[in-house]
Amino acid sequence: MKVKGRNIEERFFKILMIISALIVVGSFFLIVGTIVVKGAPAMSWDLITKVPSGGFFLGGEGGVLNAIIGSFYIAAGSSLLALLISLPVVIYINTYLRKRSWLGNLTRMGYDVLFGIPSIVYGAFGFTLMMYLGMRASLLGGIIAVTLLVIPIMIRTMDEVIRTVPNELYEATFSLGATRLETAWVILKQVAPGIMTAILLAFGRGIGDVASVMFTAGFSDNIPTSMEDPTATLPLAIFNQLSSPYEGVRAKAYASALILTIFVLIISVLARLLSKKFSKNKV
Amino acid sequence: MTFETPHIRVQDLNLYYGANHALKNISIDIPDKKVTSFIGPSGCGKTTLLKTFNRLHDSSLEVKVEGKVLLDGEDIYAKGVDVTAIRKKMGLLSQRPFPLPMSIYDNIAYGPRIHGERDRHKLDHLVEQYLKDVALWDEVKDRLKAPASRLSIGQQQRLCLARGLAVEPEIILGDEPTSALDPVSTQKIEELFLQLKEKYTIVLVTHILRQARRVSDYCAFVYMGEIVEFAPTEQLLLDPKEKLTKDYVRGFLS
Repeated sequence: MKVKGRNIEERFFKILMIISALIVVGSFFLIVGTIVVKGAPAMSWDLITKVPSGGFFLGGEGGVLNAIIGSFYIAAGSSLLALLISLPVVIYINTYLRKRSWLGNLTRMGYDVLFGIPSIVYGAFGFTLMMYLGMRASLLGGIIAVTLLVIPIMIRTMDEVIRTVPNELYEATFSLGATRLETAWVILKQVAPGIMTAILLAFGRGIGDVASVMFTAGFSDNIPTSMEDPTATLPLAIFNQLSSPYEGVRAKAYASALILTIFVLIISVLARLLSKKFSKNKV
Repeated sequence: MTFETPHIRVQDLNLYYGANHALKNISIDIPDKKVTSFIGPSGCGKTTLLKTFNRLHDSSLEVKVEGKVLLDGEDIYAKGVDVTAIRKKMGLLSQRPFPLPMSIYDNIAYGPRIHGERDRHKLDHLVEQYLKDVALWDEVKDRLKAPASRLSIGQQQRLCLARGLAVEPEIILGDEPTSALDPVSTQKIEELFLQLKEKYTIVLVTHILRQARRVSDYCAFVYMGEIVEFAPTEQLLLDPKEKLTKDYVRGFLS
């Protein structure tokens, strides 16, 4: 009789797990489906190849090319900048500091706290910083604010994968007379797919965030030509379109959301392909 | 037992893992161009002792080392010692092989490269030579560019040995190097050790008494962080002087 009770338990939890999995898969299709169904009819060649003409948000001609380019600049610029800052940090706390050193612990606590800070705070902080430096809302301001936002995401993701590297790999390179920096390069080779994931997460977060760029990057109908130009972003463009009283403009918001989703999807697939290529030597 | 000119001389070595006194007053001479084995039950400190020889405990905050380890008469724990130079003199074989995340070729070439060898032809030559030294060349010569991780565990361990030899060490440290290997691969590694002791000093940590007997010239029995007895292998295994050694060798102690 006892066996039967265990079987019921087994089935019960299995069904719960299946339901949870269905909720996840279901919401994915529901969200993408909504965007496609609502956005596809409003999608046009103009939308992705033209900047908005006057009165675009009131139903005027044009597209969101300015926001596509702006978002790409900001996401790519801040991912790159964040990588340049995050990589030395994780290398330092993992290969230079001894295990459980106070500085390493402090750094980890620091990025954990930063990780939890809402993006509007980064926006506000970035804005204050810009005021202090006498900058206006600009591409550079947006990149800086988003960089601050994604650094904790990047460091945390990279730190987590680097900490899974077995101690023996460190011992192997150390035993060959490698310096700490040379050892770090080998470790990075080992975790290259994880580094790719970190960059992708940061990029995805950077391209989708509104609050951090609202005040720092501003908005403009033009494609930025210099770091000082105010810059439009896709999420903010979607927000503006959705706020429009005109039905047609709101439909274009879904088309813009579709563009953003496809954008992130392409980056994600690319990253997966790249990390496959990188991981072929993984031990 | 002491030697006139030991390759490694350990003097009054104490090691602490935090509050745990892991190695107690160790003094031992490791003879030049011989195989010396450390035997003892798990957790007795034999691997810990081995790792003091190339200062692998350095990156651990809890470990404190006192005493001296003299390499050709020079204390490797003295101030201002170049740790990478010491480590270059010793190749390490760990319990499980850990090839570097790169190709078979690059695994061997890694050591020479970081120590300044850039000449393509020389590197080609070194790779071939060391792969031949560990009897791996014929098995991999057609796929040198393949990831090292695709080799079998036994092949990986021989690759790791070749990788260590490529930095031209004087000493080979083996930390139970055959414990993850099948009998055939184990035999290959043991045969290599017997050949290599012509040119290298070998220190072998093992929990297999028969392996100690097959491979080593001298043998130390380590128990609870202390060296109980150190003698020529045959003597230690067949006619131990200490009661503890006797008990261990006969299988009463583990």
